[in-house]
Amino acid sequence: MSGKGMNLTLKIWRQKDAQSKGKMETYNVTDISEHMSFLEMMDVLNEQLIASGDEPVAFDHDCREGICGMCSLYINGEAHGPDRGITTCQLHMRMFNDGDTIYIEPWRAAAFPVIKDLVVDRTSFERIQQAGGYISVNTSGNTQDANALPISKHAADEAMDAATCIGCGACVATCKNSSAMLFVGAKVSQYALLPQGQVEAADRVKNMVAQMDLEGFGNCTNTGACEIECPKGISLENIARMNRELMKASIK
Amino acid sequence: MSGFFKSSIGRKVAMALSAFFLMFFLIIHLAVNLTSIFSEDLFNELSHFMGTNPAVQFAMQPVLLFGVVFHFVMGFVLELRNRKAIGVSYAKNNGAANSTWMSRNMIYSGLVILAFLVLHFIDFWIPEINVKYIQGDMSGMHDGEFRYFHELQHKFLSPARVGAYVIAFILLALHLLHGFTSAFQSMGSTAGRKKALQTFGKVYSIIIPLGFIIVAVYHHFNHH
Repeated sequence: MSGKGMNLTLKIWRQKDAQSKGKMETYNVTDISEHMSFLEMMDVLNEQLIASGDEPVAFDHDCREGICGMCSLYINGEAHGPDRGITTCQLHMRMFNDGDTIYIEPWRAAAFPVIKDLVVDRTSFERIQQAGGYISVNTSGNTQDANALPISKHAADEAMDAATCIGCGACVATCKNSSAMLFVGAKVSQYALLPQGQVEAADRVKNMVAQMDLEGFGNCTNTGACEIECPKGISLENIARMNRELMKASIK
Repeated sequence: MSGFFKSSIGRKVAMALSAFFLMFFLIIHLAVNLTSIFSEDLFNELSHFMGTNPAVQFAMQPVLLFGVVFHFVMGFVLELRNRKAIGVSYAKNNGAANSTWMSRNMIYSGLVILAFLVLHFIDFWIPEINVKYIQGDMSGMHDGEFRYFHELQHKFLSPARVGAYVIAFILLALHLLHGFTSAFQSMGSTAGRKKALQTFGKVYSIIIPLGFIIVAVYHHFNHH
């Protein structure tokens, strides 16, 4: 591969810590293989920075196989970069060309403050989940088998589709309003579609929406950008369902 | 229920409800306008009825004014809240990759429509209120005949005014192209995501503003 790789110019957001004012910095990487993932390219850059005694670029990552929801990055103006249905760890460098300039920025939202460089604090999502994204089950030792409850194939499929949300935050990062409604819609829907979720359905949607508003996420204007950029293909239908669930819960 | 309309979703629903009302009003307004092309007498009769019927004037008109003001004020409130929710902007953002221009610029198309409404009120609504309720002339007559048609034709003599109306209605079409299906989605309806309603929405969003444009342009070139 040597000598045949891509030479790239990277414009990366650098910010020392949450309090500091950050800015875009320019870096060059050479001989990048088209088979590398985007994060491997970032690793190459960091090795380079460490070797020259500079501070490596901080970015979130964990499983590197597209399921943990840790990796983020706003690449050339799109969440998880230009490809569809993938996270940044699954984005291949073959999506870029030799000589390209690539902008790499952290998720931007008031509810996702930058911790360092490209790492943002997404605990607002966890607080929304804690407000109602669960079912209360007595685990005394004689818990009923979930499979004993008859559930239609259609409902089970839709609930599963909603449950595939990995909470990465691409929907918020992409939204022109920094709205978290695709995430919250998915989390509300996965229970709203199943009998186990019915008991606490009204409180769940009310509390989760209240927490979402409290965290400072914006108001959805139905641009549909979140659905396009979501690595798991979560449908806008989940937002419509959340709207219905909240209306239903509010007129009770 | 009052808590509902204070929530982010409640505000969406309120925007959608006022949008449905305004979209229905546009049909009524256009229907009356179109009669001016086909029958001067019918247009005069309808204008006189709308302008003097107590139910229209004192029940429907205040509701309409409230709907218009509410939709604008709520639109601005939501825009300001959303700007606050964004915080720092991206150095590079490719909005066109995942959404339509119309959906990203509702505030700007809305502002043009607001500017148009100011002009429209100065042109027609304020003079009407002046003649009827300040001067107290409810007859609708001028020099022995109905004044509405002549006033309409007189207004559209000016090419600048016709031009301003045409631009405003193009922006209205762009506003509706996103707003129509968006209102259904906000109401939690799956209909807005169905092909049939999306097609109907596109037809409505183009036909209604086009109708208003045709009326303005027609009277510009056919005054007597």
